[in-house]
Amino acid sequence: MLAIEKPLTGNMRGDGSPVDIDAYEAGGGYQALRKILHGMEPKQVTQEIKSANLRGRGGAGFSTGTKWSFVPLGPDVPNPTYLVCNADEMEPGTFKDRLLMERDPHQLIEGMIVACYAIEGDVAYIFLRNEYRLCAERISRALAEAYDRNYLGKNILGSGFNLEMRLHISAGRYMCGEESGLLNALEGKRANPRLKPPYPTTAGLFGKPTVVNNVETLCCVPHIINHGAEWFRALSHSDDGGTKLYGVSGKVKRPGLWELPMGTPVREILEDHAGGMRDGLKLRGLVPGGASTEFITDADLDLPMDFKGLAKAGSRMGTGTMIVLDDNTCPVGMTWNLMQFFARESCGWCTPCWSGLGWAERLLAAMEDGNGEQGDIEKLEQLAKWWSPGNTFCALAPGAAEPLQSALKHFRDDFERHIREGHCPHH
Amino acid sequence: MLTAEEIGEIEHEAKNYPVRSAVTIDALQIVQRHRGWVSDEAIQDLANHLGVSKADLDSVASFYNLIYRHRVGRHVIHLCDSVSCWVMGYRQVREELEKQLGIDFGGTTADSRFTFLPVVCLGCCDHAPAMLIDGDLHTDLSPGSIANTLERYL
Amino acid sequence: MATVYIDNKPYPVNPQENLLHQCLSLGFNLPYFCWHPALGSVGACRQCAVKHFKDEHDTQGKIVMACVTAAVDGTRISIDDPEAASFRAGVIEGLMLNHPHDCPVCDEGGECHLQDMTVMTGLAHRRYRFEKRTFRNQDLGPLVNHEMNRCIQCYRCVRFYRDYAGGKDLNSFSLHDTVFFGRERDGVLESEFAGNLVEVCPTGVFTDKTLKQHYTRKWDQLFAPSVCVHCGTGCNTSVGERYGTVRRTVNRYNHEVNGYFLCDRGRFGYEFVNSERRIREPRLRGEPAAPETAIEHLRRAVAHGGAVGIGSPRASLESNFALRSLVGAGRFFCGIADGEASLIRLMLDILRTKPVRVPTLQEIELSDAVLVLGEDVANTAPRIALSLRQSVRQSSFDIANKLKIPLWLDNGVRDAAQDRRSPLFVLATQATRIDEIATETFRAAPDDLARVGFEIGKSVIGPDSGAGGIGCDLVNEISTALKNAKRPLVISGSSCGSAAVIQAAANIAQAYGAALYYTLPECNTIGAALMGGGSLTSAFDLIRNGYADTLIVLENDLYRRAPRAEVDPLLEKVPHLIVLDSLVNDTSAKAELLLPAATFAESDGTFVSSEGRAQRFFQAFVPGDPIRESWRWLTDESWTRLDDVLAALAREIPELGRARDAAPSAAFRMAGAKIPRAPHRYSGRTAMLANITVSEPKPPDDPDSPLSFSMEGTEDKPPGPLIPFFWSPGWNSIQATNFYQKEVAGPLRGGDPGVRLIEPGQSNGKSYFSEIPEPFSPRQGEWLMIPINHIFGSDELSLSAPAIAELAPGPYVAIGSNGFAHESEVSVTIADETFRLPVRIRPELPAGIAGLSYGIPPVVGIRLPQFGKIEKIS
Ligand SMILES: Cc1cc2nc3c(=O)[nH]c(=O)nc-3n(C[C@H](O)[C@H](O)[C@H](O)COP(=O)(O)O)c2cc1C
Ligand code: SF4
Ligand code: FES
Repeated sequence: MLAIEKPLTGNMRGDGSPVDIDAYEAGGGYQALRKILHGMEPKQVTQEIKSANLRGRGGAGFSTGTKWSFVPLGPDVPNPTYLVCNADEMEPGTFKDRLLMERDPHQLIEGMIVACYAIEGDVAYIFLRNEYRLCAERISRALAEAYDRNYLGKNILGSGFNLEMRLHISAGRYMCGEESGLLNALEGKRANPRLKPPYPTTAGLFGKPTVVNNVETLCCVPHIINHGAEWFRALSHSDDGGTKLYGVSGKVKRPGLWELPMGTPVREILEDHAGGMRDGLKLRGLVPGGASTEFITDADLDLPMDFKGLAKAGSRMGTGTMIVLDDNTCPVGMTWNLMQFFARESCGWCTPCWSGLGWAERLLAAMEDGNGEQGDIEKLEQLAKWWSPGNTFCALAPGAAEPLQSALKHFRDDFERHIREGHCPHH
Repeated sequence: MLTAEEIGEIEHEAKNYPVRSAVTIDALQIVQRHRGWVSDEAIQDLANHLGVSKADLDSVASFYNLIYRHRVGRHVIHLCDSVSCWVMGYRQVREELEKQLGIDFGGTTADSRFTFLPVVCLGCCDHAPAMLIDGDLHTDLSPGSIANTLERYL
Repeated sequence: MATVYIDNKPYPVNPQENLLHQCLSLGFNLPYFCWHPALGSVGACRQCAVKHFKDEHDTQGKIVMACVTAAVDGTRISIDDPEAASFRAGVIEGLMLNHPHDCPVCDEGGECHLQDMTVMTGLAHRRYRFEKRTFRNQDLGPLVNHEMNRCIQCYRCVRFYRDYAGGKDLNSFSLHDTVFFGRERDGVLESEFAGNLVEVCPTGVFTDKTLKQHYTRKWDQLFAPSVCVHCGTGCNTSVGERYGTVRRTVNRYNHEVNGYFLCDRGRFGYEFVNSERRIREPRLRGEPAAPETAIEHLRRAVAHGGAVGIGSPRASLESNFALRSLVGAGRFFCGIADGEASLIRLMLDILRTKPVRVPTLQEIELSDAVLVLGEDVANTAPRIALSLRQSVRQSSFDIANKLKIPLWLDNGVRDAAQDRRSPLFVLATQATRIDEIATETFRAAPDDLARVGFEIGKSVIGPDSGAGGIGCDLVNEISTALKNAKRPLVISGSSCGSAAVIQAAANIAQAYGAALYYTLPECNTIGAALMGGGSLTSAFDLIRNGYADTLIVLENDLYRRAPRAEVDPLLEKVPHLIVLDSLVNDTSAKAELLLPAATFAESDGTFVSSEGRAQRFFQAFVPGDPIRESWRWLTDESWTRLDDVLAALAREIPELGRARDAAPSAAFRMAGAKIPRAPHRYSGRTAMLANITVSEPKPPDDPDSPLSFSMEGTEDKPPGPLIPFFWSPGWNSIQATNFYQKEVAGPLRGGDPGVRLIEPGQSNGKSYFSEIPEPFSPRQGEWLMIPINHIFGSDELSLSAPAIAELAPGPYVAIGSNGFAHESEVSVTIADETFRLPVRIRPELPAGIAGLSYGIPPVVGIRLPQFGKIEKIS
């Protein structure tokens, strides 16, 4: 029962060791692969994923089945077609993909094989951030095991389907998580973003059709195939299918990560699972899904964590891993920290991003240091507006705008006090 | 000159890509793994081997924060300075590290034992603050635990 | 045509283009940085933001970047929209955060695109109060200066240098707001197109280092439309002058020829005009002479009846014609070495009679399969190499079209097509710089290149036409590529010194319906050849045999045309040697009468390019008396204006007569006014000569052209051939070019400069060349010496420009190896002369072949290829 309610994590071991291939198979692993190889057409697989309402877990929430359906199929398509698993997890406050890769690497690998089957992929890469050493070790071993049992390689399980899967270890930079920056990095270039068109699904990696999906997204795939779209939708409390890994960090009693039905209310995650605020501290706000989401406050805690629910509070679910701001921590300082991150990670391609983020970071640093000036808040507001989606080349700076403009809205007094009093009240 | 071992590893990785230049980032990491950092000489060696220009190679190398174009110490400390760690007391940990090492971010101790660098969120926000030393993860840091941790890296 | 509504008014636009391109074509002031008409759109700077509305009911709209938005029918945008305007103001503010306050000392000031756009956007106040970033600048060699603090991170430099021109040693480093654009370390920029960075960079990061030596603001220079004198390609330039010296050369857009770019020889070669080695006064037997005395002497010598004239491929049509008229057509001789001259006549004959067309450079760029036979174009006609680098992108465009990616979306096309290239084959005697983009290369002796060439023709022409015995895959591959191409092209030329190579190229072009381009070495090679005249040897014979007692040499150093052993006795023998030239050389040193000739910058005239395009150049300034145009020295009183010479030329040599139409005549006026050479802010005219006299001198008259030597004159944009500089209100930089074109990046309004004198012949397409040479057989103890051309070094005039000279190699001999050590000294004996030369190892040279640095003294005047000996010096 538990395994079904928590398809992604239910099979994991309590001691932190990885599920090896035998254990994975024993728990029903690679059955989805067998099922599609001997009975489903690629299009059917994609249709199943589409019907399951699986939306991308990388942050933007694009329908996975729809994305796959953009890939041209058939003998005339330029070869090879690529699948890339985005395992760059570098969004501050996000720590979900690491768990999936460290503890159940075969789940991801099977998901990727199924995805490749659906898009007629020939080569798959796992683009892993450098710092995840343990993931690298465990994925490498799992890949070897999967090759060994002919889940990968030539003529997989006698089906005629071939697939090569490779692990690529990144050399750092948040921009590698942005899917087109990732493609450039995989091509051995600077991870600047790419312009669309062409969309990766028509001309992506090395100019060939490419799908990029997040780790968690791909981990859902075998379960959908095994149990059906309807089952997957039913796991959720909302329109978006499935369960979701939700995390909480900050000064709560039990920071951590839980697999819960999609659409679980913020309050339930924060209070029931994370145990609420540490004694003596009060909640001032939280960013619900990684650094590039808007702050919400205690007024919004009953909203469901899904792709639509948080829009009511002007925010987004993002990666679903929330960072909590308590009343003992300075919102200006926290905002400054966030802007420092974005400024440092800007690739330097478009002006609002490389120029504006550095400015914002310096304004906030000045404010934190007691050197804020009249007009700084308005300038920050302007900068945040300047980074609206569409104004910049990729979504990095719009991501930075979200915490900045919401912090200026919810914690305006704090910003004003910093300027007025010439120092940070929390110092 | 690249060593035979370096060349072997680079060529092994190169097989993973349809285009030779795609191995650039792996190659930089391989050389760094062997030599500790990527010197101007290493750039020249790699450029020769891969048949790309030094400028093209350094353009890539200088983009990625985990490629070191300066000599680093025997051990590299990457302290997470992202938001969850910041909330959970990163500043005190950083101050303690600065005090014990006598250097700030970007610095290398006089005895070349440590290089101290910031790094983006290490994905263990539920155990913040966190840092890596030579790739080993250290979590739930507090100023009090720093001395003990450093002792393990000679 | 589609209709786009801009601020609610309908405009006809080209739906194949982006909105920025179309707004500029319509004359709107929409600021931009990263977009460049030749480089396409990448959407990086975000400066070209406009408001985009879904339909006429949409009042909200959405900000889009005009440069990455297609101009599809019915699009509604607003440039004036306050939100869009404030967004653009924000971008400028962002770009200017770190920009130094150094306009007064910046070489770009007054023609800075960043300055223009800042003014256009209305930013006048810096709100940023933090420390600016600072960079270390690099020494990039003698041509280009580097001042990185001025950078605005638009990426144009690297996109031009790497993506467009194929350079490898300039790139972007690091990231966020400290991206550094430069080399991996200090050093000379390796690309022969590096100088274009000066115009491509919208601010003062990359500036002209030669201009810096004698700096003058753009608004303080007098400009003249000019034509490059450093090879036969005929790139259009603009020459800027102040105080009687040339300050620089910039590109002058000609859609059909050079477009937006020049090569570095062409951009920086101008400094020879200011050389110490200029001939500045007439000299009679070594002593200064008054012009009247000199003319008197010249007249008498000619009147005597025994004068022979030798023309020049680097002198204008007019000057050559004046000499021809002076001595009589029968005593006028071609100033080109015999071997070369006969090859040029062969090429001319092919181009005039065969049904093959000479392409413009624009057409070269559009070629989708190219065969280069026997030329190192990057060194003989560098600008063509840049066009070839674009031509190989044709197959990327096919991919992009299939994927419906607009071709102007530069990074989209590159991401989709990756390194896909259309076929380019380079068959040459040695390695060339474009080999790296070639599908296949092949190296062989000239005769063997010709044999392969004939073999390629064979598959169409018929079994008897080939050389046989070359059944290689390469031949098939090339034939197939040419056959499958929609716009095939063959490039060849004279540097192999082989008629067979030229004929083989003609056969291929004719057989495959390809365009045919022969690169020629000098700015008026074709003009001089069309002028006719006997061979150089026959001139020499006349003198040797005592049939002439006066030899008039026009702008020509005979020691570069014939071996010293031949020229020395000749010049000894001739009683009266009259030389007209601008720089001293070995010939001028022997002159009885030496006349100071004006350079291209000081004269008007016409050159005929390798394309057969006659193009007019105009003087940027009147040279100090007594320097004057050669034709003025040579004419009697009957020709007082250039138009008189051209009229006479048209009567005498009808084929060259159309050269008259290369530009409007001197009588041309715009609304009754002349065209000013000086920008209207030209300053200090009244003070310029105040140390000599306080009364302002009247600007000189110009009887030869409709241009004036001042800022007075028409405010309208002149027709193509008469554009001295590009300027439009609010657009002080070279980007003002946008407003002179029918459509941005298209032809100039009123047509591109120049008239083509050579069009395909009507001869029946069935006649082919069939004299196939025997295979080359290496000789024992001897080497076939071929010329090795150098962009910096092989051209006579630019070698007198200090910056170019610094980059030129010394003379050398190149050998495959055969036991010679690199840089060791050897003795080379060829054509009865012996030189001590250092060795350069070029392993790719075919067996039995060695190379000689071409045109670099003292190894000049030797007919190549020719067998010679190489001996080690112990
Ligand atoms: C700056 C930036 C960083 C990103 N980093 C990641 C990342 O680390 N992991 C990830 O899966 N998606 C990341 N994304 C989202 C990806 O661009 C992409 O939308 C996602 O990988 C698609 O997968 P999905 O459809 O399965 O969610 C990032 C986006 C941006 C703009
Ligand atoms: S150097 Fe000039 S061209 Fe290059 S990015 Fe900077 S401003 Fe643009
Ligand atoms: S010109 Fe359009 S974004 Fe730069």
